[in-house]
Amino acid sequence: MALEQVLKAQDFATEVHNDWCPGCGDFGILRTIQMALAELKVDPYRVAMVSGIGCSAKTVHYIKTYGVHTLHGRVLPVAQGVKLANPNLEVVAVGGDGDGMGIGGAHFVNAGRRNLDMLYVLFDNGVYGLTKGQASPTLKLGVQTKSLAHPNINEAVNPIWLALAAGATWVGRGYSYDVKHLKDLIVQGIRHKGYAFLDVLQPCPTYNDINTKEWYGGEDRAEQNGGRALPRVYKLDAEAFDPVVHDPTEIEDKAKQALAKALEWGDRIPIGVFYNNEHVPDLGERIRQRIPTYYERTPAEQRIAGPNGEPLTDISKLFARLTVPPSA
Amino acid sequence: MSAKPPRMNDLSWMIGGPQGSGVDSSANAFARACAHAGLNIFGKREYYSNIKGEHSYFTVRASSGTVRSHMDDVHLLATFDAETAFRHVREVVDDGAIVYDPALGKTKVSDIPTIEHRLAGELKTYLISRGVGESLDDLFTSAKQRGVTLIPIPYNGLLEQIADEFNVDALSKIARMVNMLAVGASLGVVGLDFDYAVRSLNDVFRGKKSTVDMNASGAHKAYDLAKTLAPDFRYRLQTLPRKEPRLFLSGSQAGALGKLYGGLRVQTYYPITPASDESEFLEANEVLDLDGRSIPEAEDSKFVTEKGASVLVVQTEDEIAAITMAIGAALTGARAATATSGPGFCLMMEGIGYASINEIPVVITLYQRAGPSTGMPTRHEQGDLRFALHAGHGDSPRIILASGDFEEMIRDGLLSFNYAERYQMPVIHMVDKALANNSGTVAVPDLTDLRIDRGRMVVDGNGYGPEHPYHRFELGDNPVSPRAVIGQHGTLFWNTGDEHDETGHITEDPVLRDMMMEKREAKLQLANQEIPDSVKFHYFGPKDAQTVLVSWGSTKGPILDALDQLLAEKESVGFLQLRLLNPFPTEAVLAHLAKAKHRVDVEMNFSAQLGGLIRERTGIAPTHLVLKYNGRPMSNNEVHDAIRAIIRNQAPPRTVLTRGA
Repeated sequence: MALEQVLKAQDFATEVHNDWCPGCGDFGILRTIQMALAELKVDPYRVAMVSGIGCSAKTVHYIKTYGVHTLHGRVLPVAQGVKLANPNLEVVAVGGDGDGMGIGGAHFVNAGRRNLDMLYVLFDNGVYGLTKGQASPTLKLGVQTKSLAHPNINEAVNPIWLALAAGATWVGRGYSYDVKHLKDLIVQGIRHKGYAFLDVLQPCPTYNDINTKEWYGGEDRAEQNGGRALPRVYKLDAEAFDPVVHDPTEIEDKAKQALAKALEWGDRIPIGVFYNNEHVPDLGERIRQRIPTYYERTPAEQRIAGPNGEPLTDISKLFARLTVPPSA
Repeated sequence: MSAKPPRMNDLSWMIGGPQGSGVDSSANAFARACAHAGLNIFGKREYYSNIKGEHSYFTVRASSGTVRSHMDDVHLLATFDAETAFRHVREVVDDGAIVYDPALGKTKVSDIPTIEHRLAGELKTYLISRGVGESLDDLFTSAKQRGVTLIPIPYNGLLEQIADEFNVDALSKIARMVNMLAVGASLGVVGLDFDYAVRSLNDVFRGKKSTVDMNASGAHKAYDLAKTLAPDFRYRLQTLPRKEPRLFLSGSQAGALGKLYGGLRVQTYYPITPASDESEFLEANEVLDLDGRSIPEAEDSKFVTEKGASVLVVQTEDEIAAITMAIGAALTGARAATATSGPGFCLMMEGIGYASINEIPVVITLYQRAGPSTGMPTRHEQGDLRFALHAGHGDSPRIILASGDFEEMIRDGLLSFNYAERYQMPVIHMVDKALANNSGTVAVPDLTDLRIDRGRMVVDGNGYGPEHPYHRFELGDNPVSPRAVIGQHGTLFWNTGDEHDETGHITEDPVLRDMMMEKREAKLQLANQEIPDSVKFHYFGPKDAQTVLVSWGSTKGPILDALDQLLAEKESVGFLQLRLLNPFPTEAVLAHLAKAKHRVDVEMNFSAQLGGLIRERTGIAPTHLVLKYNGRPMSNNEVHDAIRAIIRNQAPPRTVLTRGA
């Protein structure tokens, strides 16, 4: 879908007033998505951005592609509906951790099973921002962010583990303040043939006063580092971590390795690609095996009526199968 | 034996047995044999929410006249277990007959764990009242006393003969064949040419020769035996010469066919009784043929030469995903739908509101079943009219169309998509368990008048683009804005469940809110003006009838059958079948009901939901309610009897029908 006219990241911005809080981690994600779309040279008219509900869900209004801001937790089924009906579109889903891991949990699991060719970006900040800071499913047990009356009583879900268990074939994590790295991850996720899941650590400056930009940046650890901040976030690719399943026989080892890395938290938090397996056919390909014309004649683009509205679908063979012949 | 003259080609037949024993196949075989003989068929299926063991039964009416419903009486009851006989013997008319297995004679009511305690008590009381004991033999003795013909078929003996004939080493391998033996016996009793059984078995076993041969051989043995045992049974069937082919189908198939003809391209669903059958039929037929005859070669010759189309059926994780995935598909321009029943529909509320505020054309086929909650999953009700009307929070316009028979199901499949796209809103196509599971013969419908109407769509090469931006929710004189689809060059748009401005971005501006709210609601008024009366309602019977019945959905069958009888009895009675329930056809209802002496609302629910709606929208109330909510469809007899009592001023304002096993 390359465009003749080269679009810059800025060309993917709408004029809609952005009402996120100053300093919100969402800005970094928004910017990187626009940068990634420009880098991929996509035609905006072939891109659908789909979101759930919450601060993160407003993202689609700020991006100049088709934007479908859906219901709380329903970003994935709507996004999959778009992609299944027109597999030639580029579909990117975005949503918050409450949206994806809480109210939308069943969809998260089943999107993995389908392995549809799309990217899902999780804005992961540990709180429900738009409803004023309740604990989200990714907030760790015992953590008390500032709106909470008591420390969090529930254990946190691990989005990387859940994505791997569900069957996502590309699993990554980014950090919203490392824009270049995050942009590269989004580009990879969009390019991945299959379902890509990207967890993005995204500080909420208003309600999460624990996992802040300063905390991820390790500013509290400057003393043990000769006065310089000692970031908690580190890059997997800087450690020669190879997430790629080169051969199907490697699936078990690569999955174990990804699970082990995903357990790291606290002083060392890995970002980068955890797992990348292109040996699983995506859902579109599985459909094509049953419906050979699936990509050439997508459900969205099939012509269904003649010039005067004549129905084109021929049900006469089905009628014939249900016919009782004359008795005389 | 009865001395009455034979009754030709007007039979009510029933077969029953444990679920998983082939009751449905045997009913299918019997019904198809009669259909091959040219008779009109109406079949009704009743079953428990259970896989194996609970009692299921099937009634078939075979007639030379039109049959659209079941009747209370059973002329011939075919059984191969004891439970069926215990449960249904009282429905068999005095000059009727029972096919049964004599080996089961010592079985007592109390031996059968699947008979509910209440029913077991009732049966024992009945047997005591008849002065007999508790066994099946006692039951049959009592039946014989009132004239019922007993036709013992020693199934095991017949199976042994078949095993010998076809070299089957273990009887258990062919034990299932007893169902076809019961069919063979039934056909022998009513005297239909056995050749029809062979044709039917070919249909049922899809021409698999060895299976057809073995079953035909067995059925023939039972046929001959039964014929000898009951040579002059009163209710008889014979060939009705017929030159034209007909369809033999179920409501689920009709539902699927209508959607396909209407251009369905994506169907989502989550498994639920009784809606799943439709989706399964679609999935089994996902690669479609196209009829390109209407397309000029010059216009799209590639299309004509490379025919090919498909419907994508997606089984989702839940009904929330089913509706929202269909919505996503609809945004790309595919005609998209889902099918569900009450509990699943509950989960779709928020999605319906979303489709309504975003003006997304999506069709929900709602197969009603008995509620509330899980209710009776496999039983019938029309209890969701109010629910469909108000499903979701806020004022969210939707169109509701209700089908009353198979042909309407087919036509409404197409019309639902037309209305969804023309008025850019969700359409709830209401059907029910009875329609879904009924089967029978219908004339091959002439659908040539149907056209696909996609409403106001943005055409390609539309001139939209950065200089002339497209506004999905453009405000203008027409409340219906031109609809673009995702992927259509020049037409970026946004959707949100929030209130939105013309481009689809969030707004909380009070003035825009009013304009958008009024725009959406104005589409319903437009629909009310444009949708023709021929779709909104049907009226049957004489104009200005003194008694007018009003109803919706599958009650159409029993009401029309009852109406025929009442008119034959010279009663002044008519029937207003409402099809479009939202927007509500107020004028038609007023025109047909206002002057009637008796306005009788007939519905399969407790609270007379349509009756209340009529009162709300027209200011006039039904004078009488005929309601049923025991999970069993209305028979034509009980409708007839209830209406006759009303006409004779012998009925209370509210009659509750209670028949059916």
